[in-house]
Amino acid sequence: MKTRFSNKLFFALTFGVFLACAFSINALAADTIKLGVAGVHTGDLASYGIPSVRAAGLVIKEVNAKGGILGRKIELLVEDDACKPEIATNTATKLISMHVNVVVGHICSGATKASLGIYKTGNVIVISPSATNPELTKSGRYPNFFRTIAPDDAQARLEVNFAINVLKVKKIAVLHDKGDYGKGLAEYAKKFVEQSKKARVVLYEGVSPGAVDYSAVVQKIKRSQADAIIFGGYHPEASSVVIQMRKKNMNTYFISDDGVKDDTFIKVAGKYAEGVYATGPKDVSKNPLAIAAIEAHKKTYGSAPGAFFLNAYAATQALLNAMQKAGSTNYMAIGKALRTYDVNTPLGKIRFDKLGDAIGVGFSMYQVRRGVYTEVK
Amino acid sequence: MDYFLEIFWGGLTRGSIYALIALGYTMVYGILELINFAHGEIYMIGAFTALIVSTALAMAGMKGLTVFILASVLAVIYASAYGFTVEKIAYKPLRQAPRLSPLISAIGMSIFLQNYVLLAQTSDFLPFPGLIPEFTFMQPYAHIIGSTEMVIISTTALIMLLLTVFIKFTRMGKAMRATAQDRNMAMLVGIDINKVISSTFILGSALAAVGGVLIASHIGRINFYIGFIAGIKAFTAAVLGGIGSIPGAVLGGLVLGWTESFATGYVSSDYEDVFAFAFLVLILIFRPSGLVGRKTIQKV
Repeated sequence: MKTRFSNKLFFALTFGVFLACAFSINALAADTIKLGVAGVHTGDLASYGIPSVRAAGLVIKEVNAKGGILGRKIELLVEDDACKPEIATNTATKLISMHVNVVVGHICSGATKASLGIYKTGNVIVISPSATNPELTKSGRYPNFFRTIAPDDAQARLEVNFAINVLKVKKIAVLHDKGDYGKGLAEYAKKFVEQSKKARVVLYEGVSPGAVDYSAVVQKIKRSQADAIIFGGYHPEASSVVIQMRKKNMNTYFISDDGVKDDTFIKVAGKYAEGVYATGPKDVSKNPLAIAAIEAHKKTYGSAPGAFFLNAYAATQALLNAMQKAGSTNYMAIGKALRTYDVNTPLGKIRFDKLGDAIGVGFSMYQVRRGVYTEVK
Repeated sequence: MDYFLEIFWGGLTRGSIYALIALGYTMVYGILELINFAHGEIYMIGAFTALIVSTALAMAGMKGLTVFILASVLAVIYASAYGFTVEKIAYKPLRQAPRLSPLISAIGMSIFLQNYVLLAQTSDFLPFPGLIPEFTFMQPYAHIIGSTEMVIISTTALIMLLLTVFIKFTRMGKAMRATAQDRNMAMLVGIDINKVISSTFILGSALAAVGGVLIASHIGRINFYIGFIAGIKAFTAAVLGGIGSIPGAVLGGLVLGWTESFATGYVSSDYEDVFAFAFLVLILIFRPSGLVGRKTIQKV
């Protein structure tokens, strides 16, 4: 029984190798530009990765229909990394061995980080639609890395800049809800305020989620004489703090994040929500390119696209545009083109900065005015 | 000094609510030696009922104190019905069972009620109207103690007083005390135990519902999960004061409220729960039966 099983396995393997060889020979013969899409396509997190594959596929179909770029057709190579760093290194190695020119991916920050060194050695440009870990770009270690999503600290940076430069406050209280998301943001906000040297953090505290009363912490804010509060967390705690502050006749500015930029916040806090600031993703729903991309997805797949679809769409467009502008698939040339030329995408007109973050992508400041979040221009 | 007073009143408000809910735990424990984990959910149901009633009344054009009182009364009735039913369904059939069985049944009931409200209502946070009006005569002191806080504290004080009178002087109160002391003996002298137990659940649930309405209009939002944390805190308060003792529950609630409030005010709200529970551990080391609890002989 055992020998028969291993025989079968042997045959299956041999067949697999033949098949793989046949494919790669075909691919080489065609002389295409190879665009890899790496990310999580199986398991629990597959819903984060699949939309990117579809986005890249849709862009490529459209470009190939017009004859491709640089006179060559574009070929899509899809590889799964299961969101695991240890698999992501294999994924990267495999894509490089398949002579990939550029890569859209990976999806998870951890997997992206693990694979970037391999792409760097292989001289491959990578654009992630979803890896938000700030260090990926800020460390400067990966000149081959770009992304079409704002990093995790972008909201904190926007909040702090807004407080200091627009509201011109000097004393800032930084609060959070002790959760990963809220505390992470609050830590960045605190760091940015301290670095700016134009304002001081007068209070840094976590509030207990679900507590029956927030008056003690509100009194503490009052005593700290803060002019503005930067709150990291979600709307339930934010609404309680805001309601109690306003009831105690405090007019301190309240600035928060996209966890608070939610209509439930306005519903719960009611009239007390008026004037609260919150950052939120830039609104792209009116962008004609975004509407067209979503329509294309609906036509092909019969449903609305999932997470990071537009980011991946923009990433693919940016890569193809850069190759077109650079006139080659040379690593240095593509990198330079990405940093130099604007490209029209569903996320708006974007370009990349020195470190690889997209300029023109990310968050805007909103304020509650007459019961709705309105973008602050 | 102002700051100290502000923190003091904040702690008193918080403590009053804990005390209201803790009373339900302690009364049930006193009589059945059962920790009624579904009690926090009764508090939540009280708050939801008040929300539904007050929304309906607001649509009918009523406002102000009438809405508050009507909503509270209906919430109390509805929550009491729930408390009564929970006892009949989940605890009464298990009265002769080993002590762990009703405990598990209580946890099950708590999970059931949470999910029931989650499915019947919503998982989202709902805005709760500020039912307690802002009194103009309180305006000069609003920075120290708001109208809502004052109403919470005085309502709680009044309820405590009424409860004491009820327990001390009425027939049912006396029957409750007798049952708590010795259930079999009480039965022998002709006390209807089932009636006493039901009344205890009804009374405890009514208090929890009052707490629910008060705190919901204080913090302005509710969802199906609010009963869990409030329940845990109130249970802590009951243990701190000495579970089974009514003055103990009140004292425990106030002490817990103040500990949390002062920990936030003078140290950091990051350590609010750390202080509260560290204090509980300390008390239990030196006074194992709580602040005012008396040692009971283990019935073997």
